[in-house]
Amino acid sequence: MKLQEYMAKGLLRAAGVAVPVGRVADAPEEVRQIAREIGCPVAVKAQVLVGGRGKAGGIAVAKTPDEAFEAAERIIGMDIKGLTVGKVLVEKGIEIESEYYAGLAIDRGRGCFVLMLSSMGGIDIEDVARDHPSAIIKVPIDPAYGLLPFQVSAAMFAADFQGPLRDLGRIITGLAAMAADNDAMLAEVNPLVVTKDGAAMAADCKVDIDDSSLYRHPNLAPFKEETAEDPLELLASRQDLPYVRLDGDIGIIGNGAGLVMMTLDIVRQVGGVPANFLDIGGGAKAEVVRKAIEIVLMDQKVKAIVMNIFGGITRGDEVAKGLLEAASTMNIQVPIAIRIAGTRAEEGRRLLEGSPFTPAADVATATRSVMSAIGQGAAA
Amino acid sequence: MSILVNKASRVIVQGITGREGTFHTEQMRAFGTTVVGGVTPGKGGTTAAGVPVFNSVQEAVDRTGADVSCIFVPGRFAADAIMEAADAGVKLIVAISEWIPVRDTIRALRYAREKGAVVIGPNCPGLTSAGEAKVGIMPNYLFQEGGVGVVSRSGTLTYEMVDELSKRNVGQSTVVGVGGDPVPGTTFLDIVKLFDQDDRTELIVLIGEIGGTDEEAAAAYIGGRTGKPVLGFISGRSAPPGKRMGHAGAIITGGEGGPDHKVQALRDAGVEVFDTLGELAEKAATRVRTPAPV
Repeated sequence: MKLQEYMAKGLLRAAGVAVPVGRVADAPEEVRQIAREIGCPVAVKAQVLVGGRGKAGGIAVAKTPDEAFEAAERIIGMDIKGLTVGKVLVEKGIEIESEYYAGLAIDRGRGCFVLMLSSMGGIDIEDVARDHPSAIIKVPIDPAYGLLPFQVSAAMFAADFQGPLRDLGRIITGLAAMAADNDAMLAEVNPLVVTKDGAAMAADCKVDIDDSSLYRHPNLAPFKEETAEDPLELLASRQDLPYVRLDGDIGIIGNGAGLVMMTLDIVRQVGGVPANFLDIGGGAKAEVVRKAIEIVLMDQKVKAIVMNIFGGITRGDEVAKGLLEAASTMNIQVPIAIRIAGTRAEEGRRLLEGSPFTPAADVATATRSVMSAIGQGAAA
Repeated sequence: MSILVNKASRVIVQGITGREGTFHTEQMRAFGTTVVGGVTPGKGGTTAAGVPVFNSVQEAVDRTGADVSCIFVPGRFAADAIMEAADAGVKLIVAISEWIPVRDTIRALRYAREKGAVVIGPNCPGLTSAGEAKVGIMPNYLFQEGGVGVVSRSGTLTYEMVDELSKRNVGQSTVVGVGGDPVPGTTFLDIVKLFDQDDRTELIVLIGEIGGTDEEAAAAYIGGRTGKPVLGFISGRSAPPGKRMGHAGAIITGGEGGPDHKVQALRDAGVEVFDTLGELAEKAATRVRTPAPV
């Protein structure tokens, strides 16, 4: 679960990390009030979970409370890459002397968290990693001991940090503590700034919380709804169905993440464009299958559905029942092709005899059949 | 022979009295696995799925001589279960449980390593040595004895691969699902090394997916040795960067985890990489000895 900037900064502040003075608001009048209280200039920043909000016009600097009001009127309700801005963070403007990067992430090769520092702050760390890999200092963190003070100090020198090193070190230590306490998979301060008057501060912050840990962070649970990146993804997650929206028009349903990924690949190989990823998981009953079809069809772009089931714990006949149930309770207007193999596949195929859903021998055949039904891929 | 589990393996099931634990214990026994007991704190002295239940792993090990544990407890308790098994001297720990917080996994794996235990998973389907023993949740009927070693990150894709092989009368030595989490206890590299040393394994099949660098690490090793042929497959080749595709570990971030790099690394190491599992199985059929008629 990715957190909005204001949530992440709230966690940082609670961990004793210096962040710019500011507050979140969802109405222009409130923004004017906050600007008056904290003093101008202020930055008015759209709270959306997509990159490039600045370029999209989601960040404004206001010299007066009235300007802040006007900026908020423009930004709140604005659409940035398909997401509507509901809240803005109003922060006191800071004058930046230098920018650094500090982050904690999983090093999958080593199987532990690493602290990453770089003197190339303010730009995407992934770009730095690609273009200047030696500019990133990485320190593996032993899970038995956590991040140790000497490691922070040595890493700051290695990364060529300048200025108030003790204060910068405190921010790094606070960031690591916040990440550990809140089960962050990723926590980064970028830029970590030193202001013209010599203060160290976390100017922006990204945090991604481990979904598996949410049960032990009741304080973060309310953020779940607000951080959904897509309304359909939210709806699906409420049903415990992993769903990812993609940009095509062929809806995909399968059981098992790897199998669904492979299904997307095969649909692409025969010239189709998948509309989504949806994994009904192991042992899905008919009811789950019906819900899955419902969710896929809520995406107005979907013109056809391809289902791919390999029965292990999941049973082919249950899936077929779910499909028939969906057809009897919903007015399905799009062609659906299904490939069933594995446990009780034969029974499943028999159930579908005489229905509009003809089982296909493989995913490629299933995809071609729905594509020709919707007038696509004649050349394929 | 086979790798990691065989007829001599003595298996206990942690979380045996839960629905999944009981069901899969029955399935493992039906496969021929020697399940010697189970553990559920507070239910010691009872039986489940036809085997005795103990209150702790230590007690189960002392009384049964178990050397393998299969973990079905819910994610929030699973890291502790791994450490309990390692502490009791269990040498192979197979963690089926999903939704383990990754910080818990990292700690538990470090603990297990200190105790000298090997962990498969978490969030995995387990492993099966055809004709010998199954530890986990793979469907029993898929397997046929033979010389192909399979290692995969995904459950259903593993089943599909084994099915494609068995359909062509190509049997398997051991099939290992290492799991879809960002930090697995055992990687492709570890398993490929074991297959290299295994007499029964003639050919290795590696089913990778997007995310992380485990495929690349295995490729670096494979390219530097002359050993058994390796056939590969990578799923998620059309997945967009930044989107987690179901598995917590299946995500392309920054320069890491993209499919093209994985395919290239494997090809550079001499691994033949296929677009479909069917094509891979066809190739495997031409590379291994036809089994003697039963």
